[in-house]
Amino acid sequence: MIGVTHYLVVSAILFTLGVLGIFMNRKNLIVILMAIELILLAVNLNFVAFSAALSDLVGQVFAMFVLTVAAGEAAIGLAILVIYFRSRGTISVDDVNRMKG
Amino acid sequence: MIQLIAFYLFAVVVIASGALTILSRNPVHSVLWLILAFFNAAGLMVLAGAEFIAMLLVIVYVGAVAVLFLFVVMMLDIDFAELRAGVMRYAAIGLALAVALVAEIIIAIGAWSAGGLQLGRRIAPIESDVPNIEAIGRLLYTRYLFIFEGAGLVLLVAMIGAIVLTYRQRSDVRPQNVSRQINRRSKDATRNMNPPVGQGVEL
Repeated sequence: MIGVTHYLVVSAILFTLGVLGIFMNRKNLIVILMAIELILLAVNLNFVAFSAALSDLVGQVFAMFVLTVAAGEAAIGLAILVIYFRSRGTISVDDVNRMKG
Repeated sequence: MIQLIAFYLFAVVVIASGALTILSRNPVHSVLWLILAFFNAAGLMVLAGAEFIAMLLVIVYVGAVAVLFLFVVMMLDIDFAELRAGVMRYAAIGLALAVALVAEIIIAIGAWSAGGLQLGRRIAPIESDVPNIEAIGRLLYTRYLFIFEGAGLVLLVAMIGAIVLTYRQRSDVRPQNVSRQINRRSKDATRNMNPPVGQGVEL
């Protein structure tokens, strides 16, 4: 029988994959943004699993708000990425040091 | 039984495609794997009885966010092979961190499922006779109305921010000036002449 623990393990692995993606693709900003989306997906999966396990609808409502913030974050992040690429010609994270002083 | 098979199918595919998202050499492939991961996560959510969130996931993520990623990946002229160069440098520390994190989370899950926390009372119990979408709608437009409006505001600010950030006034092209076109009258643009024969018109 599928319990909430199964869901939690799946979302834990997904979350960890997202963190690993941030660490491994230190140079490619687009993949880092995608890894953040993976992390938020794992969080949403957790919310839904607990909502089903506790039979409380609030978890699903909150998952919707997480989805909203994730969409906004992707839009703003990609916009910043585009203007950064336009001005500097690269999206490598190591080169983002303009405000270092 | 069919539930079990479906769960393991979705779980395995979502984890595999999540791994391929961060490991693919080509970012376009990464986006496509991300889309597959979202679809399968939506399947997992349907299995948990959250149809509305699952459909929202497909519409918002696959329909909007993933396509946005795809556009940006394809529009930027980036040498991705160069960006991949240093990947393995951080693989060891990243892997160590990931293993530590997953071990921590699984220990926490074990502690939780051993009967740790006493959670508070339910705020909105799921009733079996009300459809999922209807129940969420009722909750969203009553108890969480202001938070819902706030979410709309967040999206509005994100939209305006993205437009303001990426809009650029170009000086090397001549854009259409609509108000000038509409304000132009025929008496400003044409002249009635009656030139004598053989002299032509002075422009």
